[in-house]
Amino acid sequence: MPKIINVLLVGVGGQGTILASKVLTHVAIAEGYEVKMSEIHGMAQRGGSVVTQVRMGEGVYSPVIEPGEADFIVAFEQLEAYRWAHFLKRDGVMIVNTQKIVPLTVLIGATTYPENILDDLKERVGRCIGLDGLKLASEAGNAKATNVVLMGVLSKYMDFPEDSWRNALVERIPAKLLELNQRAFAFGVAEAK
Amino acid sequence: MKTLMTGNEAIARGVYEYGVSVAAAYPGTPSTEILENIAKYPEVYSQWSPNEKVAMEVGIGAAIAGARAIVAMKMVGVNVAADPLFTVAYTGTRAGLVLVSADDPGMHSSQNEQDNRLYAAFAKIPLLEPSNSQEAKDMVGLAMDISEAFDTPVMIRITTRIAHSQSLVELNDPLERQVKTFERNPRKYVMLPANGRARRLVVEERMHKLADYTETVAVNYMELQDPTIGIITSGISYQYVKEALPTASILKLGLTNPLPSGLIKEFAAKVDKLYVVEELEPYMEKEVRLLGINVIGKELFPPYGELSVRMVSEKISGQPGITVAPAFDSPIRPPVMCPGCPHRGIFFTLKQLKLIVSGDIGCYTLGAMAPLEAMDTTICMGASISAGLGMIKAHPEMAENMVAVIGDSTFLHSGITGLMDVVYNGANLTTIILDNSITAMTGHQENPSTGKTLMGQPAPQVDFVALCKALGVKRITEVDPFDLARVKETIKTEVAVPEPSVIIARRPCALIIKNTEKPLRVQDCNGCKMCLKLGCPAISFDQENKTAQVDQAQCTGCGVCINVCKFNALRKAGDDNA
Repeated sequence: MPKIINVLLVGVGGQGTILASKVLTHVAIAEGYEVKMSEIHGMAQRGGSVVTQVRMGEGVYSPVIEPGEADFIVAFEQLEAYRWAHFLKRDGVMIVNTQKIVPLTVLIGATTYPENILDDLKERVGRCIGLDGLKLASEAGNAKATNVVLMGVLSKYMDFPEDSWRNALVERIPAKLLELNQRAFAFGVAEAK
Repeated sequence: MKTLMTGNEAIARGVYEYGVSVAAAYPGTPSTEILENIAKYPEVYSQWSPNEKVAMEVGIGAAIAGARAIVAMKMVGVNVAADPLFTVAYTGTRAGLVLVSADDPGMHSSQNEQDNRLYAAFAKIPLLEPSNSQEAKDMVGLAMDISEAFDTPVMIRITTRIAHSQSLVELNDPLERQVKTFERNPRKYVMLPANGRARRLVVEERMHKLADYTETVAVNYMELQDPTIGIITSGISYQYVKEALPTASILKLGLTNPLPSGLIKEFAAKVDKLYVVEELEPYMEKEVRLLGINVIGKELFPPYGELSVRMVSEKISGQPGITVAPAFDSPIRPPVMCPGCPHRGIFFTLKQLKLIVSGDIGCYTLGAMAPLEAMDTTICMGASISAGLGMIKAHPEMAENMVAVIGDSTFLHSGITGLMDVVYNGANLTTIILDNSITAMTGHQENPSTGKTLMGQPAPQVDFVALCKALGVKRITEVDPFDLARVKETIKTEVAVPEPSVIIARRPCALIIKNTEKPLRVQDCNGCKMCLKLGCPAISFDQENKTAQVDQAQCTGCGVCINVCKFNALRKAGDDNA
């Protein structure tokens, strides 16, 4: 059994972090990993910050990832990447969808949306990959497939065989949406190269 | 076959595998998905009840009549269900009866942080604490067996990290579902004082028998390794301990009421330094101390919030680890009312009228947040109306200056009795029922006013107007919450009238309807920012052009902002010349 790998998926309620985590955990289980996953439901889903935590490997007990312990952070939104950046390990990889979803606190003028998030992250974080996942998903056929584009990117940085990812898509995504999502995944893979 | 499951899904699977026939609940985070998943097994009758007390009593009736029954609720729901719980502990049941209490350390989605293990001790019923999804499933079977063997209700206590974390679960074939016949036994089930006194003794005898049982039950066991550190733990804390201190000796307790005093003494004798690691109250720690054993617990760990691997590791090693501070200063992203939410205009109006608002629990509690900030109290489910009555009795003149607001599901949960009291004791309170035709905050569950049951069957709908009339309310007005002019006029009128009144603001939750309206557009905006005071996520301010802008992807075209704009700058599509 390989060492423990921690993956944080962060975003805004409604962005599809949960489906993405289902694909990821499917791959991990198929590859023989022990898996724990944690998410918080309830109030936060009404447009609040959401986080899904996936831990895999031998001796995984806690379902929760601690600051400084994530090997990968997949941020579905820029500000959420900013918020969770300190959870990344020093040599961790951060994948950032450049989409901006402005929180109400900013909309009403109580505070401002930080500028240059991607530059700040690239300076602070070991490896930071920014991409317009929303655009790629739209090109694949539906903006809602952004989550699967991001899984495509992640797949290039994790050591799982590509077949295993493709199989997970088949198992986890409803048949009528499969082709679209396979395209979205491929766009993500291509973006990471 | 092993499947990744949340604790809640695993409990539902346990219900399916271990012959449970009846399940009831009122939704509440983090317990809601237990019943939602049970409903996927048509073999089990499952239902939403109007509140947790009713759900508990449905379970009690089913179990006394001979069917294995399970009842699930969030921890504050047990307060509501406490009355039947304490007495069914006396009567016992004929078939297994299990209460799942889903506690929320860290208050991810709750108004308090109570540790419901104390309820099990208080009610004198057995308590099981699973530490992952597999145990959650298995403990449904164990709880049913204990319930039937000892003729007692059993509590399974989970926490948010068990309810909403996923781990692998081995699936088994279901046992045959058997429902025993009902047998009359008034001396056991009719709790007149004389019968109650007899059953009171049974409760003590039962606890004595359970005290022996808990010493040998398989879910209470020692993992002996390095004898220098010994840790007594249960539930999710066990997982933190295993990862933080892989070589420590552990006494892992799954049945924690009654605690195994013999096993605890034996374990304490085998280790040099003894700790109790548990979230929230020093529940086990106090019991260990009563045995005269020296133990370290809450002097290291806080009685609030969640524990973590890092905290366990640091506190027990005595060496502070690295603290990782946030890398950047990020504006918070609190939950908000959705675009098109029917509650928004109501709270905008309440703020405009500067009314005191006695609030309640649901999505509309978000009306307390900026920029609406139109809520003054929120205590518990149903408190809006009765607390409003109390305010008016303290200051009669407040009646002209306040309202109580309550959602449809919350009103049915425990608002009806409050309204009855308003009429009975003559308080000139104005109650606004925010009827969005669903139990929204917990993820859209049906309730007695929605016309559908948990299992998807059509059901009669509560008629709020007829119900309020029957309670004696004479002034009942129905309004469309999108029609702000009428909303404002109605609230002003009803607040001024010296008698109890009800306003029913009716419109379905924006997330459950298929929206056909086109998004609004902005034209000739003078930048007054009035519309921003609605706190709609679809409206923002374009700093360059100094105008409001509408996010075309998010806007539902509800038009509430059109009511607010004095300059006619927000327009429906095709309404250019308006």
